[in-house]
Amino acid sequence: MRSTMIDFEKTELRLGLPGAGGGENEGETSRNSSGKRGFSETVDLKLNLNSNSSDGNQVEDMKQKNIIPASSDSAKPPTKAQVVGWPPVRSFRKNILAVQKDTTTTDVNKSGGSHMAFVKVSVDGAPYLRKVDLKIYKSYQQLYDALSKMFSSFTIGNCGSQGLKDFMNESKLIDLLNGSDCVPTYEDKDGDWMLVGDVPWEMFVDSCKRIRIMKGSEAIGLAPRTVQRCKNRC
Amino acid sequence: MAYSFPEEVLEYVFAFLSSHKDRNAVSLVCKSWYEIERWCRRRIFIGNCYAVSPQIVIRRFPEVRAVKIKGKPHFADFNLVPEGWGAYVYPWISAMVRSYPWLEEIKLKRMVVTDESLELLSKSFKNFKVLVLSSCEGFTTDGLASIAANCRNLRELDLRECEVEDLSGHWLSHFPDNFTSLVSLNMSCLGSEVSFSALERLVSRCPNLRTLRLNRAVPVEKLPNLLRRAPQLVEFGTGAYSAENQTDIFSNLVEAFSGCKHLKSLSGFWDVDPAYLPAMYYACTGITSLNLSNATVQSPDLVELIIQCPNLKCLWRERELIEDMTTQVLDYIEDAGLKALPSYCKDLQELRVFPSDPYGAEPNVSLTEQGLVTVSAGCPKLQSVLYFCRQMSNAALITIARNRPNLIRFRLCIIDPQAPDYLTLEPLDTGFGAIVEHCKELLRLSMSGLLTDRVFEYIGTHAKKLEMLSIAFAGDSDLGLHNVLSGCESLRKLEIMDCPFGDKALLANAAKLETMRSLWMSSCSVSYGACKLLGQKMPKLNVEVMDERGHPDSRPETCPVEKLYIYRTVAGPRVDKPNFVWTMDEDAVLRLS
Repeated sequence: MRSTMIDFEKTELRLGLPGAGGGENEGETSRNSSGKRGFSETVDLKLNLNSNSSDGNQVEDMKQKNIIPASSDSAKPPTKAQVVGWPPVRSFRKNILAVQKDTTTTDVNKSGGSHMAFVKVSVDGAPYLRKVDLKIYKSYQQLYDALSKMFSSFTIGNCGSQGLKDFMNESKLIDLLNGSDCVPTYEDKDGDWMLVGDVPWEMFVDSCKRIRIMKGSEAIGLAPRTVQRCKNRC
Repeated sequence: MAYSFPEEVLEYVFAFLSSHKDRNAVSLVCKSWYEIERWCRRRIFIGNCYAVSPQIVIRRFPEVRAVKIKGKPHFADFNLVPEGWGAYVYPWISAMVRSYPWLEEIKLKRMVVTDESLELLSKSFKNFKVLVLSSCEGFTTDGLASIAANCRNLRELDLRECEVEDLSGHWLSHFPDNFTSLVSLNMSCLGSEVSFSALERLVSRCPNLRTLRLNRAVPVEKLPNLLRRAPQLVEFGTGAYSAENQTDIFSNLVEAFSGCKHLKSLSGFWDVDPAYLPAMYYACTGITSLNLSNATVQSPDLVELIIQCPNLKCLWRERELIEDMTTQVLDYIEDAGLKALPSYCKDLQELRVFPSDPYGAEPNVSLTEQGLVTVSAGCPKLQSVLYFCRQMSNAALITIARNRPNLIRFRLCIIDPQAPDYLTLEPLDTGFGAIVEHCKELLRLSMSGLLTDRVFEYIGTHAKKLEMLSIAFAGDSDLGLHNVLSGCESLRKLEIMDCPFGDKALLANAAKLETMRSLWMSSCSVSYGACKLLGQKMPKLNVEVMDERGHPDSRPETCPVEKLYIYRTVAGPRVDKPNFVWTMDEDAVLRLS
């Protein structure tokens, strides 16, 4: 029967200062190697969330300020299934249900028959690009949620889930554009760089070639219509 | 004095060895066998494109006609490997163009293939016959146009689940009018509409066509014309399988399908209208493989299909037709549908049930562990399972293990991470323990649910033939990983995500890593310091750290790395790394210190 201890005497490699004696306690470098790592911790690492209580407060605050849209996708705590890589389902399979609902109303050929719309996403300052399949989202809010999670490791100025969520609220848009917050932009079929959110969602999915999340001050020139609307309102 | 056969005789005998393992074993017998074997090896399989370089392969095997190469780690399928990671095929193709002018076959999996590569290959290999791209990306339909236009002897063009930038369907029209050699065409992953007249003419003039998998953009009303032109088809994939209500479509389909007397495999079925399903019954006499994983048909219609399908009764009787009984469905089949399966598919060998709504918080279908238990009880030949569900119990797993000790592949995904036995709320250790204990020939295992170190004890003790293990959100300590690495003698691929495994087990079993193809660990607790040490001490391994937070030097040595990919190699550190991957080797350690 196998011994329950890893026999360190026989091992060749272990971490420790050169010349130090053996023993498991020295050079202990692995985090949490004896304690079970809870799932909530995993979620924290990936999604940059605070503990449940403060998350709830944030949500309450946002509700009071009327920032969260009525659909309240962001009011629900993220389900465990939204961890990157889980469940282990290929991207094209994620669409089956979503696209089935769409095709009852649209002509199959018109949708290009394609059930994938992968576009590259870059964030200013991030070391590498990501790819998202726009067809798995049904609204701008869902896309922003997903992007926030994907790039949550970065804090580029005030960029983060709060920054992108604020983007949905036009009254904050001016502040965003003037400040150093992040703004999602995209390149359309004609090669022009546009502000995300101006056109209806389906039109966006069809015309978007790539997405770039840039600093607000750079994006000023892209949002004439939205800025005008805000100005008219004030 | 040793007797020896003349070289020609040995070569002749070696030609009967098709398995790579056998060929490799033969080459180790003695130097002269090594020499003879390497000159007559025609087919090469490279399980990891970075384990060896094109130059080394070409130097050893100068007369190769067929290559199969795999690139990215398996978890790339689930978005865990960022864009730009690597696995470019171009260096392989450009090297082979110079050295293997008579290359006939290229099969790639999880590699980045550019239009440039496709164009180069199409213009350089005069006798090129077979191109199979599985889960590849990086090319557009322009690349396909080059293949169509230039590969005069092409037999197979098979695109399986690739990410293709679809510029237009025009590529298909590039097959010349005098091109007649096509045997297999799989364009199911493409989006754009191809010219239907070009497709019909292509199908008409290729008498040897046996496999045709259409894409979703081919509407159901086009199927009869195609099927009539190719009654010899053995494998067929439909496009979208629904239309506006037109009664003559149905009768045309019935007539066309009944003309196809050799069909063994059916797939496609996007947007299925259940009313059109019966049209295909007439083609089902010999069906051994059914892929309905795109078909969002609800359970009653699916069960109806199974029960009423005349072929399935024939299969039971005419066993000689059955080679590869595979069924792939969405979980819409539900427990009720799975219950019907054993009565009509007694010879079922492989079952895959995919989730229709993987991100839904609540179950949308009535599919539980019972479905799998029933199939395991009623299908004695069942050997390969991929099953997504939302609840599982130790009791069910133990039953499955006892029913089916002949399982060789068991992949179970309980959608909620760390879900316990739903009856007892205990971990699923004993259930999976029973699987590895009873299924002595198990080659591949994927686990899920609540699992402690205990399950790894069972695996290390019993899973002696296991070659591939996938783990997520499991275990309590390094002991778990240690048991796997020290106990699983046949282990080749280990992939781990979100488990509390750290430095100890990895360092204690460093030598084991040289006997495996690769190890993937993401969101675990392996420190940067341990990675550096491993890279320093094990020169035959590439220890690659991947981290989107920037160079690991900017954080303490004790800080865990985000992702770790370790593989054995004779090619040294790779030279095409992106700026978020670092190889831990002696030079790197010196440079960084």
